[in-house]
Amino acid sequence: MKIMVAVKRVVDYAVKIRIKPDKSGVETQNVKMSMNPFCEIALEEALKIKESGLAKEVVAVTMGPSNCVDTLRTGLAMGADRGIHVEAARDLVPLSVAKVLKKLVEVENPGLLILGKQAIDDDCNQTGQMIAALLGWPQGTFASKVVLDKEKQVATVDREVDGGLETLCLDLPAVITTDLRLNQPRYATLPNIMKAKSKPIKRYTPEELNVEIKSGLEVVQVTEPPKRKAGVILSSVDELIDKLKNEAHVI
Amino acid sequence: MEKWRATSNLRRSLKSILNRQLSSVSEFRYLNEKRSCQSSFNLIRDCKSLGQVNAIQHRCFSSASTLVQRNPSFSTLNSDDISYFKGLLGEKSVIQDEDRLETVNTDWMHKYKGSSKLLLLPRSTEEVAQILRYCNSRCLAVVPQGGNTGLVGGSVPVFDEVIVNVSSMNNIISFDKVSGILVCEAGCILENLISFLDNQGFIMPLDLGAKGSCQIGGNVSTNAGGLRLVRYGSLHGNVLGLEAVLANGDVLDMLGTLRKDNTGYDLKHLFIGSEGSLGIVTKVSILTPPKLSSVNIAFLACNDYSSCQKLLMEAKRKLGEILSAFEFLDTEAMNLVLHQLDGVRNPLPASMHNFYILIETTGSDESYNREKLEAFLLSSMEGGLISDGVLAQDINQASSFWRIREGVPEALMKAGAVYKYDLSLPVEKMYDLVDDMRIRLGDLATVVGYGHLGDGNLHLNVSAPEYDDKILEQIEPYVYEWTSKHRGSISAEHGLGLMKADKIYYSKSTETVQTMASIKKLLDPNGILNPYKVLPHSLNS
Repeated sequence: MKIMVAVKRVVDYAVKIRIKPDKSGVETQNVKMSMNPFCEIALEEALKIKESGLAKEVVAVTMGPSNCVDTLRTGLAMGADRGIHVEAARDLVPLSVAKVLKKLVEVENPGLLILGKQAIDDDCNQTGQMIAALLGWPQGTFASKVVLDKEKQVATVDREVDGGLETLCLDLPAVITTDLRLNQPRYATLPNIMKAKSKPIKRYTPEELNVEIKSGLEVVQVTEPPKRKAGVILSSVDELIDKLKNEAHVI
Repeated sequence: MEKWRATSNLRRSLKSILNRQLSSVSEFRYLNEKRSCQSSFNLIRDCKSLGQVNAIQHRCFSSASTLVQRNPSFSTLNSDDISYFKGLLGEKSVIQDEDRLETVNTDWMHKYKGSSKLLLLPRSTEEVAQILRYCNSRCLAVVPQGGNTGLVGGSVPVFDEVIVNVSSMNNIISFDKVSGILVCEAGCILENLISFLDNQGFIMPLDLGAKGSCQIGGNVSTNAGGLRLVRYGSLHGNVLGLEAVLANGDVLDMLGTLRKDNTGYDLKHLFIGSEGSLGIVTKVSILTPPKLSSVNIAFLACNDYSSCQKLLMEAKRKLGEILSAFEFLDTEAMNLVLHQLDGVRNPLPASMHNFYILIETTGSDESYNREKLEAFLLSSMEGGLISDGVLAQDINQASSFWRIREGVPEALMKAGAVYKYDLSLPVEKMYDLVDDMRIRLGDLATVVGYGHLGDGNLHLNVSAPEYDDKILEQIEPYVYEWTSKHRGSISAEHGLGLMKADKIYYSKSTETVQTMASIKKLLDPNGILNPYKVLPHSLNS
């Protein structure tokens, strides 16, 4: 079985982000970029499944400008066998990503598609669900545990939901999106980094795949949340009532 | 005629009496000095009489007050003093509360405890000056204190010295974005300065594990080293100016912000590293390097110490200008950290290696620097210098590597008793000392070696469940003699404080120490600033 993992290049989780002066977006120049943490977890899960003998190959996929190849290299250094890079302009919305992934799935025929539950730059949490709908495949999102059964061709997924944990049984092929507690991603060891240099990366463009990636959404403005004001210490209950009535307008 | 002869006789005899008096006085003084020098020399030479040295060390270790006597020329606090301070600083800045005094009287390692009855928290240089002027006139001993993270007992009182803590002086005065020159008060915590500079696109030229508590005044007064010295150099190069208050209350304003200023003797260097014994630093002006975007870090394993050395040579040559840290840990240090600290993951779990090296590079071009580092690591691996290694893929992974290296002192504290030594040695010989100590101590204790390999600085730590004199006598003075034999420093970056006040002769000549004592006498005639520390006790009369 082949596993396909979609990974995204985002601003590093630990960086303090700043808004561009023209409010068109977040400053990404000279800022450390890395693989989305949830995508790392997705890749780790795929590698674990391969190491347990239930899969033969792990393919990492990314979409975006040419510097996205760095993320693929990280994925290959962690242990993925092949990489696919779809060259596209910077801001791809989840629906476009899902459409491209659909075409790639038709080319590669994986038995399992694993993604991170959301990207930390847009927090959309949509791509996994959309691609499952486009493909007509079952989906297990917010996975905190995945167990594969090869004979019965099912995946048992524990999902983290508001009320607790929900266990689903999905017929393969299926889409799984990973949540934080699924696993702890491995470090990229030097021997693997060395091996990664010779692993193939295939390049596509959206035109080659016959996908229309024009987005119906336009980002109008990006602003910081209002700065938190300091608290005020009041001296009496009367003052409190006065402020609640006249300043906060809640009574 | 008779009268005249009588008076001249009288004069002559008076003169001769006077002369004899004078000569005998000077002789006495000379003999006294000579004797005191001799006695400290004997301490070192008479190493054979281990018992004698042992006895002194034992007392020195558990409580210095038994060896060091409280100087009787220092006055004791009285209620008039307290009223004066309250009038000068206000009630809130004069602390006599026992609980708060308990904390400031004890050092970070809980090894030294003073019995000061008074903590003062001045908020400005003028207040510090007035405090010192008063204490000097009353002959009250003073301990300057900042973050109290020192490891040689230099930041806490030995007896009842007044503690002058500058934590309330924590303002950033100015920052020039073009030149990167930061001017701030001595009580600014290092981590806060790092965050402030981060927003401006700069970094502090020093970084140490204690950054969350240590203050820049203390860093400057102790010439702190840290993790980035291999790249940015020592504070002697980065501090452009400082303001200090002398023992008599005079304020020396040397707070220049100029890169070049050759006008007269550069006195600030006296204060950098004098551990508060020549003056209290109140403001610092420091040159900060720009923050470069591409930081990469690798955690590597080596089989033996000679590979570590060769790796260092190769790193300096191949990574050159982008190398920003080169640290090492041995397998005992790694084990300790993995057992004692929570949330620490072994990056190389496949097997335990003999040595671990942490290499960090900082540069401006991400892809170029990453390629350079990868190429260096791969060629070192092919050359057999590294047996395994990992490269951090994001900032979280990078922080986890630093957590391991920075967590060693904390892990040692949690493991029980620790004897800490901080030595500068020639890189080829450094680990020989650790091996020797292991043989000497056998099963008595665990010997842990780690440190700034890039600077030739070994942190030798001996860990045991409890303090035990049997362990101490195997360590001291062997460690100091070993270091002295190889012309190393018995205190690379931690300073002398109280712990090594008598050990200076292992690394400095008598004439040098004599000159230091003269300077101390000149700047602090009553000896009120941080007494009993830094220089040998015999010289502080």
